[in-house]
Amino acid sequence: MLEQIIITIATAATPLLIASIGELVVERSGVLNLGVEGMMVMGAVTGFGVALLTGSPWLGVLAAIIVGALFSLLFGFLTLTLVTNQVATGLALTLLGLGLSGMIGESFVGLPGVKLAAIYIPGLTDLPFVGKLLFGQDPIFYLSILLTVGVAWFLFRTRAGLTLRAVGDNHGSAHALGINVIGIRYLAVMFGGACAGLAGGFLSLVYTPQWIENMTAGRGWIALALVVFASWRPLRVLAGAYLFGAVSIGQLHAQALGIGIPSQLLSSLPYLATILVLVLISRNKRLTMINTPASLGRPFVPDR
Amino acid sequence: MRIELVRRPQHSALFSALSPFIALGLTLVAGAIMFSLLGKNPVDALYYYFIDPLTGIWDPGNRWQLHELAIKAAPLILIAVGLSVCFLSNNWNIGAEGQFIAGAVAGSFIPVLFPDFQTWATLPLMLIFGMAGGAAYAAIPAFLKVKFNTNEILTSLMLVYVAQLFNDWLVRGIWRNPEGMSFPGTIRFNEYAILPQIWPDAGRAHWGFVFALVAAVAVWFMLSKMLKGFEVKVLGQSPRAGRFAGFSSAKMVFFVFLLAGALAGLAGICEVAGPIEHLNEKISIGYGFTAIIVAFLGRLNPLGIVAAGLILALTYLGGESAQIALGVSDKAVRAFQGMLLFFVLACDTLIHYRIRIVGALATKAGEATQNA
Repeated sequence: MLEQIIITIATAATPLLIASIGELVVERSGVLNLGVEGMMVMGAVTGFGVALLTGSPWLGVLAAIIVGALFSLLFGFLTLTLVTNQVATGLALTLLGLGLSGMIGESFVGLPGVKLAAIYIPGLTDLPFVGKLLFGQDPIFYLSILLTVGVAWFLFRTRAGLTLRAVGDNHGSAHALGINVIGIRYLAVMFGGACAGLAGGFLSLVYTPQWIENMTAGRGWIALALVVFASWRPLRVLAGAYLFGAVSIGQLHAQALGIGIPSQLLSSLPYLATILVLVLISRNKRLTMINTPASLGRPFVPDR
Repeated sequence: MRIELVRRPQHSALFSALSPFIALGLTLVAGAIMFSLLGKNPVDALYYYFIDPLTGIWDPGNRWQLHELAIKAAPLILIAVGLSVCFLSNNWNIGAEGQFIAGAVAGSFIPVLFPDFQTWATLPLMLIFGMAGGAAYAAIPAFLKVKFNTNEILTSLMLVYVAQLFNDWLVRGIWRNPEGMSFPGTIRFNEYAILPQIWPDAGRAHWGFVFALVAAVAVWFMLSKMLKGFEVKVLGQSPRAGRFAGFSSAKMVFFVFLLAGALAGLAGICEVAGPIEHLNEKISIGYGFTAIIVAFLGRLNPLGIVAAGLILALTYLGGESAQIALGVSDKAVRAFQGMLLFFVLACDTLIHYRIRIVGALATKAGEATQNA
C-alpha cells in the first residue's frame, strides 16, 4: 500500500521534475522562459498523436522532445536575436502553444491512447516492498532521475557548466572573455524546450494516456515556481517536485475518500501550495538575491 | 548569414506607428498558410474571419453583428486598459482572468442571494461590488509582492486556477439554480440586475462597451496628462530614478494592481449582468489572457487598445462565422491570437533597432579588415 502510494507520487512528480530541470538550465543561462506551459502542452499533443499514428509510444516520446525543442526556438529567436521582452514573449509562447495544441488535438479527443509500459526485470521487479518502486516503473521516471543528477553534475562539476553559469550571472563579462553568450543561451533554451516537451509527452503517454485540451492544467507554471522554490539548484528541484507530487496525490486520495470537503477546494490545493512556498522562499530577500542568476531576464545585445 | 541589430540613436517614430500594422499583415500571411495546411481556401477563410462579421457596416440587416462585436470587445478593452498600466510600471499581472471571475462572483451575490432586492440601486451596487471584488483579488499578488517579495507573475496566475475552481464550486453547489435541470449555474438575474442594452432595437450591445470607452479615455488622460501617469512610466523604466524622485514602488504596485483588478472585475460583472444574465461555470472565453495580446497590440496605449480590442473581438466573431461557413475548427481562433502576439513583439524590435542581415561574404570581409 505504502509502496503503491509512493509510486503514484513519483508519477505525479516526474513531469514537474523534468520541466523544472529544463527551465533551471534556461534560467541559469540568464533567460526567463515563461513558455513552459505552452511547450509542455505542445509536447503532450504531438507525443500523443505520433504514438497513436505509429503505434509506438517511444516514437511519441521522441516527437514530444523534438517538438518541444523546436517550439522553444520561436522564443529563442525572438528574445535572443530580436531582443524582445522575455516575460511577454514567454507568455506569447504559452498562449500560442495552448491555442495550437487545441487545434492539432481536436481529432484526438476521446481516443484511447498508447501507454508507455513500465519496465519489468524478472526477479528484481517481483521483490517484496521495493521491487516495483525501484525496478518496475515507467522508463521516463528513471530518465528524470538521471537527468537531475546529470544536470547537477554538468552545472557544478564541468567547465561547460561553469561557462553557462557565467553567462547567466554576468553576460557582459562572459562576452568580454570571448564566450558566445547568444549561442550558449540558444542551446540552453532548446534544452529547456526539449525537457518541457518530454514532460508533456509523459502526461499524455504515461500519466493519463489520452488527449484532453489544456491537459497540462498549470503544471508548466508550477514547474516555473519550483525553480524559484529550489533557488536554482537541481537537487532541491527534485525535493520540491516530490513535495508537489505528494500534495496533488494527497488531494486526489482525499477526493476519493469523500471526506466532505468540496472537490474544487481540494483541486485548488496544489495552486495554493505553490503560492505558499513562493511566499516562504521569497520572504528572505538576501537569500533570493544571492541565488538568482544575476542576468536573469535581462536582454543582451553584443556590441560590435 | 546572420541577423545583426544596430541600435537606433533614437526610437523610430515611423515604426512606432507602423509596427502593429506590419504585425497584423504578417499574422494574416501566417494565418493564410495555416488555413491552407488545414485544407481550407485561405482567401475564403480570411474573408469569414475579418470581413463577414463586419458586413453590418454597409448592410443594415446585419447591424446586429456590430453589436456582437461591441459585446466581445468590451471586456477585452476594459481588462487590457488596466493591464497596460501594470505592464508600463513593470508589474506583470497576468491573472486578469481570475480577477474577471472574482468580479463576476462578487457582483452576482446580490441578485443570487437577495433576488427580492429589486430597486434602481441594485445594478449600481452590483457594479461597485464587482469592481471591489476584482480589486480585492488583485490585491493578493500585490500584497505578496510588496510584503514578501514574491514573484507576481506566478502568484497572479495561480490565483486564476483558484478563482475558476471556486466559481465552479459555487455554481454547482450552494448557488446552483434548483430549477436549472442538471446544468450548473445560478438563477437568472431579475430585471433590475440586468445591464441595459444601449440600443435594444438594433442589437444586444450593452453599457459595458460604453464603460470600456470611458475607462480607456480616462486612463489615457491619466497616463499622458497627469503626474500619476508620469510616475507609472518612470518607475517602470527605472525604479532607481523613480525612488530619487520620491515615488514609492510599493504604493505603485498596489495602485496598478488595484486599478487593473477593478477594471477586470467590472468587465466580469458586466459580462454576467449583460449578455449572460446569470453566473455559470464558463463565463469567460479566455478574455483575461486575450487581453494581454490586446494590451501589446495597442502598444500599451489605452486609445490604441480600443482599436486592438475591436480587432481581437473580430477574431472571436470571425472564428464563429468561419466555423459555420467552412467548418474551420473554433480552436483556430486561439492559435491565431497567439501568432498575433508573437508578430507584435517581433515587430516592436524595429522601433529600437535597425535589422541588418549580414551575409557570409560580408562577415569574412569584416573580419579581414579587423585583422589587418
